[in-house]
Amino acid sequence: MPEITLSTETKRLSYAEAVNHALRRALYERPETLLFGEDVAKPGGVFGVTKGLHREFGDRVFDTPISESAILGGAIGAAMFGRRPIAEIMWIDFSLVALDQLVNQAPNVRYVSRGAVTAPITVRTQAGNGPGACAQHSQNLEAFFAHVPGLRVGMPSTAQDAYDMLLSAVWCDDPVIVIENRTLYHGAKSDVRLGGEVEPIGGARVRRGGSDVTVVTWGAVQNLVLEAAEELAAEGIEAEVLDLRWLNPLDLAAVRDAVGRTRRLAVVHEAHTFGGFGAEVVGLVAESGADLLAPPLRIGAAPARIPSALSLVPGILPTREKIADGLRRLVRGEKAGDAGALR
Amino acid sequence: MRSDTPTLLGHFERMLLIRGVEDEIARLRTAGDMVGSIHLCSGQEAVYVGAVAALDLSRDAVFPTYRGHGWALACGVPPEALFAEILGRVAGINGGRGGSAYFTAPEYGMYGENSIVGAGAPIAAGAALAASFDGSGRVAVAAFGDGALNQGAVHEAMNFAAVRGLPVVFVVENNAYSELTPIADMTRNPELFRRASAYGMPGGRVDGNDPDAVARAMETCVERARGGGGPALLECMTQRIVGHYIGDAQHYRPAGELDRAVAAEPIGRLAERLTAEGVAADELDAIRARVADRVQAASRLALDSPPADPATALEHLYA
Repeated sequence: MPEITLSTETKRLSYAEAVNHALRRALYERPETLLFGEDVAKPGGVFGVTKGLHREFGDRVFDTPISESAILGGAIGAAMFGRRPIAEIMWIDFSLVALDQLVNQAPNVRYVSRGAVTAPITVRTQAGNGPGACAQHSQNLEAFFAHVPGLRVGMPSTAQDAYDMLLSAVWCDDPVIVIENRTLYHGAKSDVRLGGEVEPIGGARVRRGGSDVTVVTWGAVQNLVLEAAEELAAEGIEAEVLDLRWLNPLDLAAVRDAVGRTRRLAVVHEAHTFGGFGAEVVGLVAESGADLLAPPLRIGAAPARIPSALSLVPGILPTREKIADGLRRLVRGEKAGDAGALR
Repeated sequence: MRSDTPTLLGHFERMLLIRGVEDEIARLRTAGDMVGSIHLCSGQEAVYVGAVAALDLSRDAVFPTYRGHGWALACGVPPEALFAEILGRVAGINGGRGGSAYFTAPEYGMYGENSIVGAGAPIAAGAALAASFDGSGRVAVAAFGDGALNQGAVHEAMNFAAVRGLPVVFVVENNAYSELTPIADMTRNPELFRRASAYGMPGGRVDGNDPDAVARAMETCVERARGGGGPALLECMTQRIVGHYIGDAQHYRPAGELDRAVAAEPIGRLAERLTAEGVAADELDAIRARVADRVQAASRLALDSPPADPATALEHLYA
């Protein structure tokens, strides 16, 4: 095995490279980590995210059969006996064939045994629509997992978070699902601070300051939110953009603080609006007694399957235009939401 | 007395304990002290006692199903902790969080029942995966019924274990019924052990009502796995002499089938064998009395334990 050295400086990295650096660091610093999944070892991952890691870390990085239940169940069993598995589910849509392991198994291990046995697994997956994706390779299912007590759920949207949040997940003693986004993997590079202390999981981040409306968002759609916010700034509307980063643990204090300042709330996610996690955010804010100037607004996917054709997708998923229009109406006190429209 | 008589007497006592505990659970459930769905293993005791006899519980790990009381007792879980668990009492092995169908007792090598058919198989493969890195020599046992052979997770676990040469023994408790439906109606080839060859691992069938035969077959599988030879599948032919759950009227059984199952049950059979080996009737009766006393004392102890404290219900969800 070649000698391994870890970068600890700031580097310009793509999101995928940031994930790769986090995995390298985890494998290097935590000998109990394992990395496995479909095509992650010798091929280096279908998106190239794990390339080079099998060569550096040998058998601790291995390819598995196309068997999501075996991948996740294997991770749970190994974690119960002191390993710290990082399991990749290539597309979040594939997690559905092994949902039993994520819902019935992993989160019960600690609870039922009262901590006598634990299952500190990290599940890396990626979600969201991309050009030409089909209806089974395009979904955003974070609300499924956020609904399950005992599972931690994070969605990094920047290269820095892709690095930081993955390490936080691996260091965490709970089962954690980190939902990446493949449309971000090979985008523009940005400065990523490597090394340093691994943060505990949790914590929202303000991505943009603003006083007129708070936009709570997470995942890749955040980039559309930031573009829409710039568009609105030219019109004199200042939107604050709060990246939730973690759905569990949820940084409710950050949401309440932000909404307390702006007194307007919008939640934007790429997942379906109906039954989505945005409803939870709005509900929690409402229960906290927030004094809002306007009804809260949710922007997400319309209730439809996700079609492949490029021309069909904007009718369903959030777009920069839809986000800007919704926020503009919200701030102006016009009807903004689509409540009850479940066509 | 023969050289194996002491071992067989041990099997006899452990099987009696399992039967006695199950009978007491049936009484407590019928009386209303216990609630919920409870799956007894009466008639299948030889599988658990025989298989566990081949294990080193200081390092091996058993992953049974919701019909798991027998596995737990064979692993050494005290009957009072088992009763208290099903009663939802503080003294339960999981303080009442697991109940009859989903408790875990890692300190006894019993790493959890599973209420999802076949779901424990990939987890057992994971325990074996850890063993392939930690040098412990651990062998994992994935135990499940015949019905679980038709679950995708079991197929995935067997292929995963085989391709990686993991130290897992897949133990099939074939009691002829997938819950309430005959396994013979649910698969074209009811010789389930033959599936092993498709995964490139050895498979075999053994008389699951003979603890000695189970133990010897299991020893072969365990030694092979511990020595790096990879997984194996052991199909143990047995029958439950009770319903699938307490209250199951078993209308689905053909006339006479249950009587034949009772006639073939393992405890009476072993008593006959021990008698033939020269063990006195008094000695067998003394064991029966000792076990009965132990079961009753454990039941009383469990009933004296207070209910699990509701103030603790939210604890231990996260690290």
